[in-house]
Amino acid sequence: MPHRIACLGGIYSNHLALAQALRDITGRGVDQIVCLGDMGAFGPHPDQVFPLLAEYGVTCLQGNYDDSIGNALDDCQCGYTDERDNYFAQLSYDYTLDNTSDENRRFLRHLPPQLRTEIGPLRILFCHGSPRRVNEFLWQSTTSTAFLQRLAAEQKVDVIAATHTGIKWHRPLPEGRHFVNVGCLGRPENDGRKNVWYTMLEFRDGQLQVEFVPVEYDTHTLVQEMRHERLPDEFMETILSGWWTTCLEILPSKERQRGPH
Amino acid sequence: MPMTVQHSPSISLASLDQLWFQVAGTLCNLTCHHCFISCSPHNRSFGFLTLPAVKQRLEEARELGVKEYYFTGGEPFLNPQMTEILVATLRYGPATVLTNGTVWKDHWLEALHRAEQMSEYSLEFRVSIDGFSAQTNDPIRGEGTFDRILQGIQRLVEAGFIPIITATRTWPETSELEIVREFRKTLKKIGYTRPRLKILPALKIGAEAQRTRGYGPLDRVTTEMLDGYDLSQLVCHQSRIVTNRGVHVCPILIDAPDSLLGNSLQEAAVDFPLSHGACYTCFQYGSICTNPSSPSGSQKTPTPPPQSHA
Ligand code: SF4
Ligand code: SF4
Repeated sequence: MPHRIACLGGIYSNHLALAQALRDITGRGVDQIVCLGDMGAFGPHPDQVFPLLAEYGVTCLQGNYDDSIGNALDDCQCGYTDERDNYFAQLSYDYTLDNTSDENRRFLRHLPPQLRTEIGPLRILFCHGSPRRVNEFLWQSTTSTAFLQRLAAEQKVDVIAATHTGIKWHRPLPEGRHFVNVGCLGRPENDGRKNVWYTMLEFRDGQLQVEFVPVEYDTHTLVQEMRHERLPDEFMETILSGWWTTCLEILPSKERQRGPH
Repeated sequence: MPMTVQHSPSISLASLDQLWFQVAGTLCNLTCHHCFISCSPHNRSFGFLTLPAVKQRLEEARELGVKEYYFTGGEPFLNPQMTEILVATLRYGPATVLTNGTVWKDHWLEALHRAEQMSEYSLEFRVSIDGFSAQTNDPIRGEGTFDRILQGIQRLVEAGFIPIITATRTWPETSELEIVREFRKTLKKIGYTRPRLKILPALKIGAEAQRTRGYGPLDRVTTEMLDGYDLSQLVCHQSRIVTNRGVHVCPILIDAPDSLLGNSLQEAAVDFPLSHGACYTCFQYGSICTNPSSPSGSQKTPTPPPQSHA
């Protein structure tokens, strides 16, 4: 029975942050590494993340982006309605689709959407957006505790771990349950800091411990690669400033108030 | 049990995610031409919800695992307990209030901002306008309302909020870039430097007109039409609305007698036949009611050139 599980969310082609996180995780020792999906998007050279995931034996789930790229759908299924957000989302989607090999697309196509396992005595469900929909956003400020409690009860689990929003958070629920959004490795989380995050879950001292671990990586090289691939300046600005410049439409009031854009 | 005379398909409540409150009844300080429940300063067919009534519903909703709360009217801020109601709601979950932006007082906004800061949840303001100028807005919402709405937005921004401005498209799409850019400039002048704009397709205006004008006998949802359709596009698939009469199927139909489903949220969790003309409009255009951060289904707009946020 695993007691220590490292969780990776939204990699968005950031192979440099992924490599750094995996080295760090291996150094600390874990029973399992789970990636909650969205391997591609936003960053350069999407094929580079796959050998790393294989090398470290990462258990991968399918995010909405992986479903889209794997099946060559028209868009990423994030459901933007703002025209500017849509423009950038489509640009990065088309780039990622064009630059993901057939073999990796086959891999993405066949990933499972969810994983059920145990951590210590607790039943845990890993999913991308929410247990009921791969592209449902569960933001800290727009998700009531009562709703999370209902989801956990419906799914018959003690812990739900998800990603998709790109911003980490954890809320203990009544009856010893937990919801954890594991954050993402692909881009900083709109807090003015350049580092990204992974999440360490551990069953210790009779309860679930949730640790958000910052990952510092070579942003300079990433931006050089992005520039070489002619990805938008706006994306590079996010990597270097730690503030989101696109996809702002989906941020709820509280999360948006934290950033300058 | 026969479904309806038109054999309309029924829809189940898949999950009670959003609970709406008709918090100001049908009372509004404005009398917009397109208001689909004909709110006005004199329409008292629905009354205010009181703070204790809302609290009782919030308790029920907590038991059922409701995700978020929406407040509408009429104009919610005509309800003298509106600030207290929102403060109370923020202890249960996120709250969104749909307002015309013309009636609040500064000390209400200060109290609400404090409440949002102290809560784990967001308080969203959605302010509606018709087009980005007095020329397009005022003939619909009333003389002088465009300027009053802008002042209202300015006060919200000064109080620390970043309201969502919902505007119906009253211009040809070819001039959209320029019109939106102009409006952003106008907002910048009043201190709103990063406006959240949500533009509703012009079709929706027609949709509202159609709702009030009445429908032909063929404007109905049929079983075949729902084949392969994403039901989460429809508000009634994941919401209910509380009025002072009870719990209704959706905010659009509260005037229709069959929309009243019961006294409690649990009683109202029953199937509903999509037999109304308005259901046909919902079917065609999808939900326009929720926030972008919790979209129902995925509404797509065509890809345009980029716009600057400046
Ligand atoms: S402001 Fe809203 S509620 Fe009031 S009349 Fe206009 S549309 Fe109706
Ligand atoms: S009007 Fe729309 S939301 Fe209301 S019952 Fe009909 S389809 Fe559902």
